[in-house]
Amino acid sequence: MRWRRCGEDAALLDCDSLEQMRAAHATVSAARPEGVVDLVPGARSLLVIGGVAATKALLDGADLTHPPADEPREVTLDVHYDGEDLALVASDAGISEDAVVSLHTEAVYTVAFTGFAPGFGYLTGLPAELRQPRLESPRTRVPAGSVGLAGEFTGVYPRESPGGWRLLGHTTATLFDPHADPPALFAPGDRVRFRSVR
Amino acid sequence: MRSLEVVDPGRYALVEDLGRPGYAHLGVAPSGALDVSSLRLANRLVGNPSAAAGIEVLLGGLSARLTASATVAVTGPAVDVRVDGRSFGSHAPVPVRAGQTVSVGTPSTGLRCYLAVSGGIVVEPVLGSRSRDVLSGIGPAPLKSGDVLLLGEPGIPAGADVVVPVAAPGELVVPVTPGPRDDWFDDPAGGLSAWWTVTAESNRVGLRLDGTPLRRAAEGELPSEGVVTGAIQVPPSGLPVVFLADHPTTGGYPVAAVVRARALGALAQARPGTRVRFRMS
Repeated sequence: MRWRRCGEDAALLDCDSLEQMRAAHATVSAARPEGVVDLVPGARSLLVIGGVAATKALLDGADLTHPPADEPREVTLDVHYDGEDLALVASDAGISEDAVVSLHTEAVYTVAFTGFAPGFGYLTGLPAELRQPRLESPRTRVPAGSVGLAGEFTGVYPRESPGGWRLLGHTTATLFDPHADPPALFAPGDRVRFRSVR
Repeated sequence: MRSLEVVDPGRYALVEDLGRPGYAHLGVAPSGALDVSSLRLANRLVGNPSAAAGIEVLLGGLSARLTASATVAVTGPAVDVRVDGRSFGSHAPVPVRAGQTVSVGTPSTGLRCYLAVSGGIVVEPVLGSRSRDVLSGIGPAPLKSGDVLLLGEPGIPAGADVVVPVAAPGELVVPVTPGPRDDWFDDPAGGLSAWWTVTAESNRVGLRLDGTPLRRAAEGELPSEGVVTGAIQVPPSGLPVVFLADHPTTGGYPVAAVVRARALGALAQARPGTRVRFRMS
């Protein structure tokens, strides 16, 4: 673990693993030291905006092998597995389309971090067979609610946008509504399951 | 209720306040006025709290009719301010009667003027802010002719305040702190201290620079990580992007340095062609 300076009032904690980042995130979230404005998880890092000195002091003395046992929020999303790339994902994995759906729905995912668009979560926990590269040429238009995968992540497009992820299907759930509380369906640390519906 | 009707939005006019920090973990940028001290000054001149929403006017051209008497002030680069055609200076409180139209001219330097109206603009806040975030599309849409914006209760204007506007310079020396990923580059301090040119692809998301590309010290891919406003992110081209208020909240390219907050206002006013160098401090 190593702290890196990130401007005048933020610092980036480089972590050795995603698990260590989660432990640091849970520790700082639970204590919420004075001055902390935001905690932004990354794939291997935690950005602390505001309250840097207090956060460093907290984590210096923390046992990150036993982080606070938080009860993760659980979210289940109904998905129509009718995506344009379902056949491609199946053939690259060497399995049937039904087997792709089974693998994708049996796994339990965790929102590792967010970005790309409000409400877009990068979900880890993808079965090895489904860890496949992005499309060689991204689509200029991916509809809102599209469920896709790329590399070690799966995720859902909160709104229409360009995108290069392989699309498995779609959900009608609202991923981001700035007037709702909470505004985003996915927050870092949440557990996510997908359920196949027709 | 007191209100303001947009007669002509000019090139591009947005409602902005001090933004919505604290939602980056959900993928929402801080947003808010790019030249924060100019918005604060405009608010002070008309007697508003500094967090009141005003209008960020890109390269002038905005005109708006007031339905009730109000005090207005325009800040940012020096610019002609007219009330029903009569010329007033910027950077001073200007009284406007009900039915009169205030117009913001085109500044001869800089990019963004700030119009504050006594009472502030009170469109419905989204996630605690009235700011338009152009990257995520959150907040009130860019202003168009015929838009009616409600105004809050006016306070007491600051009175005869003399403020001398500063012309936006053609060359900027910008103080930065090194890191978090300066070790990904060969001589990052030296490379960033060379002259860079602001390109026309710049916007509220980021300032795109042209110059001699920064050289990577090591190959590799950076796992996505959180980024802050002012981050100087360097994509594989080696040409830096300085993230401004509507920046993406995470990114996969290394950040060589971060602009000190006090220098962000000057970058918000940097026209394409402005020359910029960065000084590590």
